[in-house]
Amino acid sequence: MEFFKYSRTFDFMSKSKLAMLFSTILVLASYAILATKGLNYGIDFAGGTVVQVKYDTKAPIKAMREKLKANKLFDGASISEFGSPDEVVIRMKTTTGNVTQDIGDVTREVLKGTGAFEVRRVDIVGPKVGSELKEKGIMSLVLAILSILIYVAFRFEWRFAVASIVALVHDVSIAMGAVALFAIDVNLDVLAAILTLLGYSLNDTIIVFDRIREGITKSKKANLTEIINESITRTLARTTLTSLTTFFVVFTLFMFGGEIIHAFAFTLLVGIIVGTYSSIFVASPILIFFGFDVKGYHTKLAEKAKREAEKNRMREQFESGVM
Amino acid sequence: MKLNYRIVIFALAIVFGIVFSLPSLLQTQSGKKITLGLDLQGGLHMLLGVKTEEATKSRIKSMAASIKHFAERNDILINGLTFDNKSVTFEVLDSDEIKTFDEFLSKLEGVTVTHKGSVISVSLTPKEIEKTKKQAVSQAIETIRNRLDQFGLSEPIVARQGKDKILVELAGIKSQEDEQRARELISRAAKLELMAVDEDRNARVYNMSDADAASYGDIILEDVKSPKIKYLVHEIPILDGGMLTGANVGFDQNNRPVINFKLNAEGADIFGDFTGKNVGKRLAVVLDGKVYSAPNINERIGGGSGQISGNYTVLEAKDLAIALRSGALLAPIYLMEKRSVGPSLGADSIKASMIALIGGFVLVIVFMMVYYRMAGVIANIALIANLLLLLAVMSLFGATLTLPGMAGIVLTVGMAVDANVIITERIRELIYEGKSMHKAIEEGYSNAMRAILDANITTLIASVVLYVYGTGAIKGFAVTMSIGILASMLTAILGTHGIYQMLESKMGKSKNYRFWFGIKG
Repeated sequence: MEFFKYSRTFDFMSKSKLAMLFSTILVLASYAILATKGLNYGIDFAGGTVVQVKYDTKAPIKAMREKLKANKLFDGASISEFGSPDEVVIRMKTTTGNVTQDIGDVTREVLKGTGAFEVRRVDIVGPKVGSELKEKGIMSLVLAILSILIYVAFRFEWRFAVASIVALVHDVSIAMGAVALFAIDVNLDVLAAILTLLGYSLNDTIIVFDRIREGITKSKKANLTEIINESITRTLARTTLTSLTTFFVVFTLFMFGGEIIHAFAFTLLVGIIVGTYSSIFVASPILIFFGFDVKGYHTKLAEKAKREAEKNRMREQFESGVM
Repeated sequence: MKLNYRIVIFALAIVFGIVFSLPSLLQTQSGKKITLGLDLQGGLHMLLGVKTEEATKSRIKSMAASIKHFAERNDILINGLTFDNKSVTFEVLDSDEIKTFDEFLSKLEGVTVTHKGSVISVSLTPKEIEKTKKQAVSQAIETIRNRLDQFGLSEPIVARQGKDKILVELAGIKSQEDEQRARELISRAAKLELMAVDEDRNARVYNMSDADAASYGDIILEDVKSPKIKYLVHEIPILDGGMLTGANVGFDQNNRPVINFKLNAEGADIFGDFTGKNVGKRLAVVLDGKVYSAPNINERIGGGSGQISGNYTVLEAKDLAIALRSGALLAPIYLMEKRSVGPSLGADSIKASMIALIGGFVLVIVFMMVYYRMAGVIANIALIANLLLLLAVMSLFGATLTLPGMAGIVLTVGMAVDANVIITERIRELIYEGKSMHKAIEEGYSNAMRAILDANITTLIASVVLYVYGTGAIKGFAVTMSIGILASMLTAILGTHGIYQMLESKMGKSKNYRFWFGIKG
């Protein structure tokens, strides 16, 4: 089967202005959402308590609210359905430092008489731990981006590195915007999804860039736009197919992976779509924008090759004893 | 026919994968296995903080006790023995005795002694305070580990995290009661003190404030069973649990469980001295600041053994004995983070992630076969080998599989075929250009190599950062991702190339591009 038989080059770059506009709007909208609505930090970063309760039948949320009101511990607690009507999550800001007195036990006591239920999960994160995790999380994001930047700059050229980072920031911003828009709890798993997305989105971009680099070195054309168009067209099959297979599996995670993995899968799902789009429409135009000079690069490569040849000649001379 | 080293390596990798992943897949008794994380099998994860300043406080307190005992033993009259968070202060009434005292104090470690006339104050040096705090954490870890070992769980994990935090992980807790018991066992200070009841003033205890009591050098303690009953006891204990050498459950004449304890030589000495001097008075047995019993002293108790009776069940007595045996916590601990997952939720998570894994897997496999025909089949062989390798390496490391780790495996399935997609697309391109099958394969591989390497290394960088900075479950995700990427390099690049080379003679003659690569050619 073939969806993408390479017969003619698609002119992607002519659409780049439109794509840029679209991307700018999306990114700005994401920032607007982040600024106004803000991220909904879950207990991993904000500290607090989560108790997950499962009933035999539909959870009597109203009755539960009444019962919880009676106990001071549950001041400001929110109750919401979790994945299915018989399962609920109670979230609150309060934490206890007491090892023996357990919020799970207290919840069991308080909810007595609301039906048959079991407390399935109790997560307590103290405020100190939360702020530590936050620090670590931000640190890991920054570190990942930096080390990737260095690697790409080392392997390609600084413009490629900058372009791939711009694409990365673009993807992460939009993914975070979506997370904020849908009020998804930001916990460690969302952070993991964002970091995975970093790797994934970059993976996509690099494959395209690799082709562009190959095109630059091999083709006689000096027009970067043409080279980019050709390279993207040639990698289009791969980009789409891999995105599809990854999308398949993340989608199955999203559909069947259970509520606990939901936030993770959602973030990745958005990320894969945005990441695929950005590796085609965002990363490459930036190369043009930064004025990547094909001729200059050619000269550089030629010089490099010359130096190599010179070195080899010297070595040969040296080895054969002629000095 | 030259030796096809790629296929040899690939075959070896598959054998390795099968052999070492079998114990995990079949859950055999022996062999190295992947352990399921707490979020999948249910269990309790806790991060505990240690209140280290309490440890220095109790150091000072026990110093006060030994100073008092020394003075009594040598009939030296001292006055105004007080202590705070930093030092013990007292006055020696007979100035000739100061020398004797100095000699005794010089034997104490890590203290600074200052004199103001006949008033002596003894304080801990900063270095000693640091040491005491450090010790408190190590001792807490040791103590909690001992207690949990006797609790009868499979392999509890107790480890230091950072400077003064303790990580406790208990797998396979099956019920609320078990969890409650474990928590109590962990957090129990188990500080045993034998204290003298202040018989001269005890009658007035009910109309006394804490401040009043302190002015007599006493404290007011409640009875463990009925908090309404109060006792006035001397603040400085006669001796504490540090001198305990054993504790076990016994039964008194009414067949109620009691705890018999034994003291070391020093403790036995002090205990004997005290009981000999205080016949007719009461001795309060205090555990974690609550009075368990306050029996009358009928005679001198030598031999250093005693009994704690209280109104408890056999199980309570057992746990109490465990706590006493494993020693007191020098410093109280508090909860910083707790995550507990019930076994049913863990089972649900396994089920859900398995459905996702199998669903994703089947989708990818079918897609590859339909789209690439034989090349897809070859890519699928590599994918299965990749999964086997991943499981094998994880088993060898004894890695823990967490829910995010499962997600990592699912993601690996999606991304592992990427290398094969890149390679096959390259081969197709070359075939379109009219290259022979053999040439197309060889050039396709060399063309695709660089892109695959670059792409994988960047992904690897991201997952290594995740591993270094991640905690707990996230680490598990990073591990599976990294191993998955590395394994895919071996299987998808080397392995598939080997298979093509093996089939080369067949492919070279064939013009059936549709069968091999799913294209018209």
